[in-house]
Order: sequence, then C-alpha cells, then structure tokens
Amino acid sequence: MEDKSKLRRLLPYLYWIVGLLSGYFLLNALISPFAWGITLNLGIVLKRLGEIGGFLFAILTGLALVEIYFYQIFFRQPSNPRSRTTIRGLQYLLGGMTVLAILSFFEKTDLFRLGDNVMAGIVHLPLNAFGGVRSALTGIGLAKGAAGAVSGIVFTLVLVGIFYAVHKMSVPRVSKLGLPYLLILPAFVGVLFLIIYPFMFEIKLAFSNASLGTQATKNAEYGLIYGWQNLVTLFTGTVAKDAKFFDVFFRTVLWTVINVTFHVGGGMGLALLLHRPMKLQGFYRTLLVFPWAIPTTIAAMALRNEFDSRYGLFNILLTDLNSWLVSVSQGTVNVPLLGDAFNWLASNIGPVSWKQDPFWAFVSILISNIWLGIPFMSVIILGGLQSISQEYYEAAEIDGASKFQMFRNITLPLLRPVLTPAIILGVVWTFNKFDVIYLITQGGPQEKTDILVSSMYKAAFQFYRYGFTAMFALVIFVILLIFTLIYLRASGGLKSATE
Amino acid sequence: MNSTTSKPLSPVTKALRWFFVRSRGDSPFKTILIHATLIVASIIAVYPVLRVVTISLRPNDTLLTTSLRIIPENATLDNYKEVLFGAPEKNRKSDFFLWIWNSFSIVSVTSIISMILAAVSAYAFSRFKFPGRAVGLVFLLTTQMIPAGMLLLPLFIMLAQLQMINTALGLIIAYSVSTVPLTIWTLKGYYDTIPVDLEEAALIDGANRFTVFTRIILPLSTPALAIAFLFSFMGGWSEYLVARVVLQKNDIYTWPLGIFTYAQQFTVAWGQFSAASVLIAIPVMILFLYSSKWLISGLTLGSVKG
Repeated sequence: MEDKSKLRRLLPYLYWIVGLLSGYFLLNALISPFAWGITLNLGIVLKRLGEIGGFLFAILTGLALVEIYFYQIFFRQPSNPRSRTTIRGLQYLLGGMTVLAILSFFEKTDLFRLGDNVMAGIVHLPLNAFGGVRSALTGIGLAKGAAGAVSGIVFTLVLVGIFYAVHKMSVPRVSKLGLPYLLILPAFVGVLFLIIYPFMFEIKLAFSNASLGTQATKNAEYGLIYGWQNLVTLFTGTVAKDAKFFDVFFRTVLWTVINVTFHVGGGMGLALLLHRPMKLQGFYRTLLVFPWAIPTTIAAMALRNEFDSRYGLFNILLTDLNSWLVSVSQGTVNVPLLGDAFNWLASNIGPVSWKQDPFWAFVSILISNIWLGIPFMSVIILGGLQSISQEYYEAAEIDGASKFQMFRNITLPLLRPVLTPAIILGVVWTFNKFDVIYLITQGGPQEKTDILVSSMYKAAFQFYRYGFTAMFALVIFVILLIFTLIYLRASGGLKSATE
Repeated sequence: MNSTTSKPLSPVTKALRWFFVRSRGDSPFKTILIHATLIVASIIAVYPVLRVVTISLRPNDTLLTTSLRIIPENATLDNYKEVLFGAPEKNRKSDFFLWIWNSFSIVSVTSIISMILAAVSAYAFSRFKFPGRAVGLVFLLTTQMIPAGMLLLPLFIMLAQLQMINTALGLIIAYSVSTVPLTIWTLKGYYDTIPVDLEEAALIDGANRFTVFTRIILPLSTPALAIAFLFSFMGGWSEYLVARVVLQKNDIYTWPLGIFTYAQQFTVAWGQFSAASVLIAIPVMILFLYSSKWLISGLTLGSVKG
C-alpha cells in the first residue's frame, strides 16, 4: 500500500517528464529537416538558463540576507546587557560593511572616485576581502567563475553563522512597524539601485564634459562650469545635430496636444457609439482594439512601409483619388463653378512625399501615433461610461433634457475620475513616447520630426554627447515635473488615492 | 398638433417617419448611421494590419506593387519558410527562433521579478499604516514622470562599467524595475477592494501573516496579478529603444531588433519582415484580445475605487 501511494504521488511528475521529453523529441524530429538554417540550438538555450538561474540565485540570496538582517533588528531583542553589546556590535559591523560594499559599487560604476588613500582602503575592505578569498580559491586550482560562486557561498555561510549567533543571543519582540518595512524592502532596494542611483548619476553627469572623446566617464572632468556650458549649449546651440531647443520644444508641445486631443476625441466618439445595446457590439469592439493589440514595434515598422512614396498604402490611395479627381474635372470642365473647383482639387490633392517633406513627415508620425492610441482611450472611456448608472439619464429624460445637455451635465462630470488620470498619463506618455517617431522617420528629414526625448536619445547614442544629454534629460524632467505639480495643485492632489 | 392626427398619413410619410423619427429606442436611420461609422472605423483599424499579412503572402517578384488586394495573386508561403528555416540555396540562416528565445527568456524573468517585488510591497502599502507610506506611494508615482529615455544613459554607462553590455542579464536588469512602481499602484488598488475582515478572521484563528498572504490575498487577487504580469510582459516583449542600446550583437538580439534588421538591409526585405511580423503578432494579438476584458478592468482598478 505504502509503495503504491508513493507511486501515485510521483505519477504527475512522471507524466510531466514524459510529456516534456516526447515534446522535445517530436519538435526535434519536425525541425531536423530544416535544422541547417536555424541558429538556435539546445546549447544556447541551456547556457541562457544557467545564466538566468545563477542571476536569480544571487539576487534571492542577497535579498534574503538583507531581510534577515532587518528582521533581527525589528523582531529580536537582546536577552541581557552583555549580549546587547555583542549583538549591536555585530549588527553595526555588518551594516557598515554593507554600506562600504555599496560605496565600492558606486565607485566601480564611476559615480565618484576615491583614488589611493586611507579612505579608499577602508571602503574597499569588504570587496577586497571577497576578492582575496576568490583569488585564494583560484590559487588552489578552481576556475574563475566557480571560484566566484564558491567564495560567494563561503561569505553567505559566514553571514548565516553570524545571524545564527545573534538569533541565539536574543529573544523575540513584538514590532508593529517591522513587517511593512520588511515587505517593501525588496522593491525599495530595486528602485534605489535602478531608478534613484541612475538619477543621481545623471545629475553628476550633467556637470561634466563626458563624451566619446573622454571615453564616457573614464577621462571626464566635472565641475559647475561644465554644467553651465551644457545648459548654454542646450538653449542656444544644437540639441542633436541641426535642431534648436525651442523649435524641438514647440514641436513636442504640438505633438502632445494634437495626439492627446485626437486620442480623447476619437476615443470618446467610439466609446459613445459602442455604449449602447446593439447587434455586433462585441465584434466591433474586437476589431477596434486591433491597433492596441498589435505590438507597437511591428505596427510602427509596417506603417513606415506604408508611407513609401510609390508602393505605400497612403500614396496609392492618394494617387487613385487624384486620378479620379482628374477624370471628374475633365468631365465637368464646361460647368462653370464646379469645373474650376474640381480642377483646383485635382491639382492640389495627390501623392505626397512623406519622407522628404518635413511637414508631411510630421503628419505621418501623427497619423501613426493617433491610430495606435485611440483604442486605449476608447476602452478606458467605455469602462467609465459603463460605470455610470442609467438612472441619471432616465431622470434627465423625464425633466426634458436634450441629448447634448445629458452629455454635458451627466456624462462628462461622471467620467472625470476616469478621464482626468487618463489624460494626465496620456500627456506624460505622449510627451515621452518616441518609439513611433524613431521607427518611422528616425527624426528625419533633418531632425524636423524630432521631439525632445528623441533628440535626447540621439544626442546620447548617435552623437555620444553624454554630459550634454544628462543636462538635457534633467531639463525635460523639470518640465514634466512643473506640469505635474500644476496639475496636482489644480486637481487637489493625490490625497484620495494614498489614504 | 391636431392637424396631423385628423388627416390620415400617406404610406410614404409613414415610412419616412418610421425611418427618421425615434419612436422606441434608435430609429433605423440612426442605427444605420452608427453601424456605418463603426464599420468605417473598424476598417481603418484593421486594414493596415491586414496589409502586413498581404505583403507577407506576396511572391518575391511582385513585392513592390500598387495593388490593394488583400489576398495577392500567386499567394505563396515562401517568405514564411525563409523567415523560419532560412534559405539554404542562398546560404542564409534564420535567427528567428533565436530572437524569440532571447526575448522570451529576458522578458519572462523580468516580469516574474517585478511581479514578486510588486505583489509583496503592494500588500504592505495596502494593509499597514507606517511612517513614510504616503510619501512612498507618491514617490513611486513620481518615478513614472521620469522619461524612460532619461535613465537610459546612466544605466547604459553603469552596465558598461559592469561589463554587462551585450548580455541578457544587462537587459534584464535594465527592464526589471521599470514596471514595478505602476504595478504596485495597480495591485494596491486591487488589494484595497478585498475586505480586511477575511484576514482578521484568519489571524484570530491563528494563521500568521505569511499564511494570510499566500492563502487568502494571493488567490483572491489572481485576476489582478494576471493583468499586472501581462502588462509587464507585453511592455517588455515589444520594447525596442532600450534593447537597441544594451544589445548590439546579432546573436543576442531580441525580436524587435531582429526584425528591424530586415528593414535595414540594402533592399528592404518587405516580404520577410511582414512574414516575421505576422508570426510574432498573431499569438500576441490572440492573447491580448482574449484577455482584453481583464485588461480593461485592471486599468480602471485604481481609478474607479474612490
């Protein structure tokens, strides 16, 4: 009996293994005739899995150690005065070591340089100790990667030993605040390292002359004067290659306003049309979210092809329209007013050079981004419409309100909680959204379709003006911050959401 | 108006009235107008997508044509074959599966990490009162004001110093935290809607916080977790600009970088580009359309609460 139940428990796993194996062999058999042309192979897959596994293991171990450390601070108290000194001593030591390790991380990524002095010696202590163990292990014949892993494990074991000692010397204590802090700690650490730290770095970089010539930060010099120079260049010089800051800024405002207006207007229109009981509603809804569902990268690149001057969809349609107008104008050439009108239309409406003409290039990215953005807004607004109770409209109808009055006095005010954040996020996102621009026109011709963020991207990764880019980024951030603060003041803040 | 009631109406007037004037619900005229508008809007929404399919089916010699037919003449699957399995006769191998694998491995790890971080800290923000809570929440929202391109430069330099350019880990690091703040907000909004009584009852019965979290909160918020996961997965799945900077070698490309190489070649390989796009877009779109109902509820979770 015992054996049988054990077998039964293992059976699902067995199924999984058999399933996966047979899937693998089936796939292999299917693909083998074409195997020559496929560059992906099992070796690559396994290598990547190993890489990721090691990475996850390292992160989880690190987080676990930090969590245990803070757990002991919050939830354990020393059992007697003597253990108190030992525990606090150990905890200060570990905390200090961690701070030193973080400082050396900052130094390694070039946030600051310590040079060669006593300070640097102290800061490097933890990492040097780690490196010492590693080189000792390589000395006795271990491979470099393995030595790193083993020394990591050794350090972890030492830390766990210390934690165990602290645990033995302490008694539990009740802490109300401990748990939430422990819970937000991992996210906080992540945000600290990947958002706050780069931000600090950016501020530092803004006051430097870092560029390709200085090998990024390696030979860069820092000082207020460089920051001032960067700022002056930003407002008076060129932002990427040709474009001037204020031109680009006004284009960005235009880009944001036009896009958000069309998104909200079009979204509202579609949502109002869809928000009524009718046949085929689900069908229309599915079709209408297509532009949102298709990955942006694909949509943008496909649309780029459609703006081709000869074979793109838009110019094909315009050419057809033009030839139709020409034939009509030839037919109506004797009709007094109409003939002239069609003649004028035929000579003015026709294929457009989407890529060479700055105006039409800007129109092309606007068309693309509006097409991409309307479904999102209409879906949001539709959600808002559905949350409005029908009773309001019935009451208004009894009072004899017109459709327009109902829309103005019921729909719009009740949509506000949905609409306001959507518009604000829409503005910020559109202001920062340049993948469509980058993929369709790449800012061309002559950077006449660049917006601030895409100019910044170019300054950094095409012209390698790092210090300048950092200052540029800070200015963009300040612009957005001012906008947000004005909005927050106008709308009464975020109080309701944080309570 | 007595005059209208006294005179008998002609059938034509009656029909016109029935057609244009609303009696109960929408008049037929209005219904037709609405359907016509929606049909036009649907065509505008769908036709460009269909064009991609059309171009992918064109044989190589008629790639450049001004025809607007949806199914092209002499439709062929050659482009798909070349994208998937390469072309031995041209001695050209296919990186398609490699790109997909790169994207998939990077993005799924990223999404899992950010989901775990967000799920746990959103619980703290939703259920506990502690000093720094409101500041923390507003701070998280503020990070969304930072342009994505803005932190790219320092992140790039940081990864370069750590020698992580051109590695999958570099991109994982660059992606992993970007979606965390918004996810925390979404999940917090959802946790807020779960009654606290449930947890208190469990706590009185002797469960600890961990059990409460894993046995009550997580199962109850599966929809929100699924949405958040999908969001962060979709966000990373078709991301181009960050990947462009971090990955510069062909064998580590994610698919957006990969299919862009089709467009960069000397003569743009429209057919192959379109075939690859269709192959990638179809599963994503099916997933998206299937889950769009949840997505919508997830988007409005935070805002409709008050």
